[in-house]
Amino acid sequence: MRADGNDTPALILSALGQVDDRVEGLRSGGDDYLAKPYAVSELLARIGVLARRRRPDDSETRIVIGDLELDRLSHTVKRAGKNIPLQPREYRLLEYLMRNAGKVVTRTMLLEEVWDYHFDPQTNVIDVHVSRLRGKIDKDFDHQMLQTVRGAGYILRAAQDG
Amino acid sequence: MQRLRTILAITAVRLSIAYSLIFGLVAVIIVMYLTGSTVNIIRRQIQDSINTEVADLATVYERGGINGLMRTLERNAASPGANIYVVADPAGTIIAANILEIESGILNHEMGGPSLWLHAPPGQWCQNLASHGPVVELPNGMRLLVGRDLGDPERFRQVVGRALFLALAAMLALGVATWLVVGRRALKRLDLVSKSTARILAGDHSERLPLSGGGDEFDRLSARLNGMLDRINLLDDGLKQVSDNIAHDLKTPLTRLRNKADAALGEASNVDEMRNALGEVIADTDQIIKTFNALLMISRVESGSAVTGLSPIDITSVVKDVAELYLPVAEDDGFETRVDVEDGLLVTGSRELLAQALSNLVENAIKYGRDPSRTPLLAISARKKANQISICIADNGPGIAEADRERVTERFTRLEKSRTLPGNGLGLSLVRAVAVLHQGSLELSDAKPGLAACIHLPAEGSIA
Repeated sequence: MRADGNDTPALILSALGQVDDRVEGLRSGGDDYLAKPYAVSELLARIGVLARRRRPDDSETRIVIGDLELDRLSHTVKRAGKNIPLQPREYRLLEYLMRNAGKVVTRTMLLEEVWDYHFDPQTNVIDVHVSRLRGKIDKDFDHQMLQTVRGAGYILRAAQDG
Repeated sequence: MQRLRTILAITAVRLSIAYSLIFGLVAVIIVMYLTGSTVNIIRRQIQDSINTEVADLATVYERGGINGLMRTLERNAASPGANIYVVADPAGTIIAANILEIESGILNHEMGGPSLWLHAPPGQWCQNLASHGPVVELPNGMRLLVGRDLGDPERFRQVVGRALFLALAAMLALGVATWLVVGRRALKRLDLVSKSTARILAGDHSERLPLSGGGDEFDRLSARLNGMLDRINLLDDGLKQVSDNIAHDLKTPLTRLRNKADAALGEASNVDEMRNALGEVIADTDQIIKTFNALLMISRVESGSAVTGLSPIDITSVVKDVAELYLPVAEDDGFETRVDVEDGLLVTGSRELLAQALSNLVENAIKYGRDPSRTPLLAISARKKANQISICIADNGPGIAEADRERVTERFTRLEKSRTLPGNGLGLSLVRAVAVLHQGSLELSDAKPGLAACIHLPAEGSIA
């Protein structure tokens, strides 16, 4: 399929959920891999991300969501023209959220994409990191861009979307 | 007959039969050869003594004539074990003899001719006599035969033959008796063992193979098999324990889940309350799924099938990544944190599994390593000593009593103090399994105060 130049996103749903199986699935051309059994919300979130990824903004050097700007060349983040210093991991977290702005991203997706871990932490690590990031980008503003979606994950929204 | 066939089927009995046959055959051959040689020697001696006597008698005849010869012969014949003498005139008529009959024509034989046999009548000396000796022609045509009873070598041959037969018969009898005794003994032991095995198969897992106490090969084998049975029982018990624990540990959250759903159904008055309840239900379900995932992961890691290939990885960055992931959580929980990681540490392994193991240890420290009387502390360190890399996660909480340290690495073990906190009792099981997979170990020790959990791994290049 890929050899024919067909770039239709493919999400592999499989009962084989181990790291090796995932790696094999992704290497052989899958865009994402979800092991059964999965939560429907997780599947929908991933499909949303895949559909969005089709847009060419993947290679853009600047991502702008509402008044939030991320410059991928200088690794700087500004909100309403004000520079926000971020740790490298916070930057990657925000970049991922911004690239998928308007879509729900689950905690598992964040752990996979930002930290490259494929296991379930027992504690609320992701929540802590997200809330720290939220503290930096939303603290002095009325509109909270980074919102929690109960039972699913997080969503980054520009003010006018809300 | 059936029993005999069973005995004959025993290897030891078969071997001993084969050995007996070979041994018997060799013995017969040796005895026959010895008897033959001995008989030959005896015959040659007889020949020599006869020749000497013939020469002596010839001399006697030359000096004393026929009368002197007769006197000498009479004297000789009177002595015990005497030779046979026959004297005949030139016409062949027997003049004197100490046997009754002689085959005709014998005395006409050439002097010093081949041996000849004479049959003596019964009653002369003893039955079945045979004599052996040359016929000598004396100077005036008289003939003299000096012979010897051949009964001696014959008797010797008979004695040896009978002894041989008796010995073989005794050997055979003894052999058969031994086979019966040994075979029966072996069969009896085997029967006992097979009866015990049948009982074990029938479900009596406490049954053990009988030991005679003699320390023979049966006992050694039975002891080994008993050891094996003990081990199987232990593993079996472990398995049972695990499944019981799974059943128990999953029943509790499932019941809670059910009650929540029930309460929501009965009490929720509006959509928002319903939504909240559903959110909780989903969170609870996720927790149950996590428990299952952890269980599956542990068995996959323990069986070694979780990874297809381990590669050299920079454990320093793995530890730092995990620290970076969890430090905000720890700090939010009021922990003082210390990270002391040596640079450039390499191990052969799986980044994913090691990261998960370290995450579990850090999560444990954050969850359980808290003592209300102190500021909680989380210390993460990685050091190389000789060829061993030790990654330690230490806290200053209540620690784990020495007696419990082995137990907590077993599946679903949760100590009383921590029962009220969320968790599934699988974290340390996975850590241990990962450490073992990497040919390392998990060590829990007293951090004075608190618990130090260390994963010891062989440094890259030193894995045997």
